[in-house]
Amino acid sequence: MAVMSESASRRRPLDLNISWTDIGPFLALAALLVVGYLINPDFLSATNLANVITRSAFIAIIAVGATFVISSGGLDLSVGSMAAFITGITIMFMNAVAPHAGIWAIPAGMAVAILVGLVCGLANGLIVTVGRIEPFIATLGTMGIFRALITYLTDGGTIPIDRSLREAYRPVYFGTVGGIPVPILISIAVAAVASFILYKMKYGRKCAAVGANEDVARYSGISVIRTRTVAYIVQGVCVAIAAICYVPRLGAATPTTGQLWELQVITAVVIGGTALRGGKGHVWGTVAGAVILELIANLMVLSDFVSEYLVAAVQGVIIIIAMLIQRFSNSK
Amino acid sequence: MFSRKWIAAATLGALLLAGQAMAQDKKVIAVSIPAADHGWTAGIVYHAQAAAKEINAAFPNVEVVVKTSPSAAEQVSALEDLSASRKLDALVILPYSSEELTQPVKAIKDMGTFITVVDRGLTDASVQDLYLAGDNIAVGTNTAKFMIDKLGGKGDVVVLRGIPTVIDDERIKGFQDTIKGTDLKVLDIQYAHWNSDEAFKLMQDYLAKYPHIDAVWANDDDMLLGVLEAVKQSGRTDIKLALGGNGMKDIVKKVIDGDAMTPVETPYPPSMIKTAIYMTVANLIGQAPVRGTVKLDAPLITQANAKEYYFPDSPF
Repeated sequence: MAVMSESASRRRPLDLNISWTDIGPFLALAALLVVGYLINPDFLSATNLANVITRSAFIAIIAVGATFVISSGGLDLSVGSMAAFITGITIMFMNAVAPHAGIWAIPAGMAVAILVGLVCGLANGLIVTVGRIEPFIATLGTMGIFRALITYLTDGGTIPIDRSLREAYRPVYFGTVGGIPVPILISIAVAAVASFILYKMKYGRKCAAVGANEDVARYSGISVIRTRTVAYIVQGVCVAIAAICYVPRLGAATPTTGQLWELQVITAVVIGGTALRGGKGHVWGTVAGAVILELIANLMVLSDFVSEYLVAAVQGVIIIIAMLIQRFSNSK
Repeated sequence: MFSRKWIAAATLGALLLAGQAMAQDKKVIAVSIPAADHGWTAGIVYHAQAAAKEINAAFPNVEVVVKTSPSAAEQVSALEDLSASRKLDALVILPYSSEELTQPVKAIKDMGTFITVVDRGLTDASVQDLYLAGDNIAVGTNTAKFMIDKLGGKGDVVVLRGIPTVIDDERIKGFQDTIKGTDLKVLDIQYAHWNSDEAFKLMQDYLAKYPHIDAVWANDDDMLLGVLEAVKQSGRTDIKLALGGNGMKDIVKKVIDGDAMTPVETPYPPSMIKTAIYMTVANLIGQAPVRGTVKLDAPLITQANAKEYYFPDSPF
């Protein structure tokens, strides 16, 4: 305790430190863009950047939710499976309603998606908080459950969206407003709302307090159970929003949809500057983290000097270097 | 009156006994396959169940039991369960992995069971009475031949490969060996893990990287779906061919409809499990000799023969 307060007071005068954590991910992003341009000028072409940022939207939106969960001291491994499950339910609902409601099946399906996400998140939250089960184990369990449910719903194959809805729904992924792809606008909106909640509302401070020190938070009259449960619900809703953007891309749900997204999501949150053990969340950093991950993958394909067998290794090295740069710039 | 009733009862009793004796004579064929966890295995489950239903209806003295398992360890347990309660006359198995399943299958063979192995061979080939598989090299070869033919022997091709396995390696090898010596140039080849989403991203990247692409080969149809979506989004018109492989119903449908970009398909059909089950029954019931190795070819599916490979009710 003494050591901690000492180091805290020693750091106090250098207020710059805090902003380093905030801008770290964006510096990494800028560096990556420069490196990418040097390797292949096509990297910075408008089409390529639009493609890459658009497809990072799913991970970014889910990771914004994960910023809440991780900031409050939790963890959610079920997000990838949950995304697949919600996608499946949404498509089945839309297909069932389409003959009666026509195009209105799409907004109705979106509402169903949000509702299912809310319930899934609530279930995760209650198991963790009321059930008092370690988040890792609880969400590992629900991860298996959601994955099995989507496999069951699809018979192991695919659930394609009704042809009559396909074209009408396509713009949600492929469309643009003012030249900017719709999924990018949606993720910016989600991040904006999230940063308002996390930084301007009372709930945001409770979230960070619970994540930083559960006992202190409890003594100061914060309901740990409610705070954490709400974080999981936010996560569920974010997964649902991501699923809504995902459906029109390939127009189908399969048992492999969203596989390993949970790891990308957690990586994005950590690259973004939020500590895995909880505490202050960095929403915009998280979004930058998601874009960085997708850019690295893109760069691997656009560059010619990495063997197809070594791509994953190089990606791992780049992520670790990015984290090291952040760490050292923080401790200066 | 009284005696007639007795006679009727006796006759009925005799019939029942005879029926039971016949039931004991029933030949039992166990089918052990992976659970449906992606398109191709979903097809395996569908065709195995269809074969079981057809055979059980056609041959009253044969019982086909289908058991799916989600992992190699559980497949071993399933084999023990299947063989514990009754004697199996035959076992048709698509093993999760060759190494882990060889010993357990051998144990069943030692009880006098006929062993049919599908797709992935066991490490000890002497355990297999009948081995039936598709031809992965031919999948690559036949696709390449078609491309060479269609593009007039020259062009720029990008390739999407699956998960690093023997299956993937063989398909790629068949393709590369065939285009050797032609002016068909492979611009790039990367893994997309037989996953539509990854294939979508990879194809977007290929399109950004190469201003001119003549043809795309995704060595599996799940990936081809992602590729087609990316090409559609780009609005590019230089891509003349986008081919897949495996025989997914959506792609076979494209072939039937005469799609310009995907006019052919190469099968590695999950329905091969059905071939294996029928051949095993032919041996048990009809004494047809089937011992040996059967390699299904991967003939091009064209508009002319596509109906043979189209299963609209299958999940794959």
